[in-house]
Amino acid sequence: MTRTFWLFVGPFFLGLLVFVYVPIGWSVLLSFFDARNTVTPTTFMGFDNYADMLTDGPFLESLGTFSVFAAFVVPLTFVLALALALLVNGIRFMQAFFRSVFFLPFACSYVVASLVWKLSLFNGVRYGLANTVLGWFGADPIAWTVTPPWYWLVLVTLRLWLQLGFYMILFIAGLQRIPHHLYEAAWIDGARPWQALRHITLPQLRTTSVAVLLLLLIAAYQAFDEFYNVLGSGPFGRPPLVYLYYTSLGSGGQDFGHGSAGAVILSLLIAGVTLVQGRVFTR
Amino acid sequence: MKALRYTALTVVAFFFLLPFYLVLRNGLALESEITAADWTWWPSEIHWENFAELFNDPAVPLLRSMLNSLVVAVLQTVGQLLLCSLAGYGLARIPYRFSNVVLYLVVATLMIPAAVTFVPSFVVVSTLGWISDLRGLVIPGLFSGFTAFLFRQYFLTFPRELEEAARIDGLGHWGTFWRIVVPNSRGFFAALGVISFVTSWNQFLWPLVIAQDQDSWTVQVALSTFLTAQSLNLHELFLAAAVSITPLVVVFVALQRFLVRGVTETGIKG
Repeated sequence: MTRTFWLFVGPFFLGLLVFVYVPIGWSVLLSFFDARNTVTPTTFMGFDNYADMLTDGPFLESLGTFSVFAAFVVPLTFVLALALALLVNGIRFMQAFFRSVFFLPFACSYVVASLVWKLSLFNGVRYGLANTVLGWFGADPIAWTVTPPWYWLVLVTLRLWLQLGFYMILFIAGLQRIPHHLYEAAWIDGARPWQALRHITLPQLRTTSVAVLLLLLIAAYQAFDEFYNVLGSGPFGRPPLVYLYYTSLGSGGQDFGHGSAGAVILSLLIAGVTLVQGRVFTR
Repeated sequence: MKALRYTALTVVAFFFLLPFYLVLRNGLALESEITAADWTWWPSEIHWENFAELFNDPAVPLLRSMLNSLVVAVLQTVGQLLLCSLAGYGLARIPYRFSNVVLYLVVATLMIPAAVTFVPSFVVVSTLGWISDLRGLVIPGLFSGFTAFLFRQYFLTFPRELEEAARIDGLGHWGTFWRIVVPNSRGFFAALGVISFVTSWNQFLWPLVIAQDQDSWTVQVALSTFLTAQSLNLHELFLAAAVSITPLVVVFVALQRFLVRGVTETGIKG
């Protein structure tokens, strides 16, 4: 049985060790050393890299950027995806059409979306669509992607467009699992639609809601593509992964010691959030 | 009430389709029309010759990068399905003393998303000499603890009677897996496969880190390079974007059933 087990699991497990566990181990090692422009540890630094990262303005700022982003994107996606799911699930005629339209952006990459948002929708010059619309009302054009706080509008709408359909599908699946007799009983008792929503639909969607919240939070934490492509290497709006990218792999110099310390801190944070959320909600 | 619902849906649908329309409008127009002071909803003339310009532009390795993306996405999808389904089946069905330890090591990786560890992964891949190399783009992404875990959960619900019947017919675990379990799980494989393909085609951070030479660029890296450097005509850039999403729109239209199932499988059980 031992041989059969490893025949099935062995190739995968070996890869998991080499490409997941070795990198993590190596990273923990590098985080205690000075390693610039080299991936081999040079001088032992103790916890200096960690101290640098945690007292260093930009890294903490990147966590702040993530928090602002998540504070907008997580609740907005949650509410709008649920609303779309309820709307789509409640119709018969053209249901498949609307569902497909809202899900279609899932086939699009963040790079393509960044291109449209940056160079067409929210182009800072007069011919950008948003500025054209502003022009109809006589307002001056806005340089959307380089002006705080407007760049948040660009980034948040971009992510909403790309991910709403995905979460709508999850909510629709959740809605379709709710037993129909619950609603029938409520109608007989004279419940109004919003009462049914409040007392049947939302409680029944609890598992889905928890999963969606966790997924949204983790996805926001890993935001990279749209920040990198829309904002470029500008001074503001660098979430953790973008900051880490410029520290360890950007043209400024390959600092793997600090980069690794940052990766370890981020991993611990996200593992902590996952564990806590799992504990709290699976009770 | 119903009219209100459909009005809301139509308004939202308009905004959802708008970006696709912008890609086509800008891709098939002339530069002067895109940047004109007065907004035009559709170019006065559709410039099909933009396609020839795009594909003949020696500065834009679009076909090469699409080919790279295709090879990476296909290899990653097939490889991941193969490795993770075998592992998932072993963990679900083959009794072994340390099977739980292995399972814990797999599940532990679920807590840390792969994107967060791109720096250490880069370190390992560069030590192996796989920078700007197909191996570096494909292989590290094959060992998804998440996919293996999903397969395990799925195989736990596979009807045991089918497997026992195969065993009575003299098939071992290996034979049972290939002749009975896989053919009866095609829908699940298709669902995870489609998700894997779409994710791989659209991924950006990892190829950005690994594909440093122009010859190894994936299509997302190519688009991003021209976008951030702004070194390309607007209409060429938008047409390239349109071309880059075509394969996925085809997948979307042809395999939407599996895509939807894949989303629910990977989303809820994650």
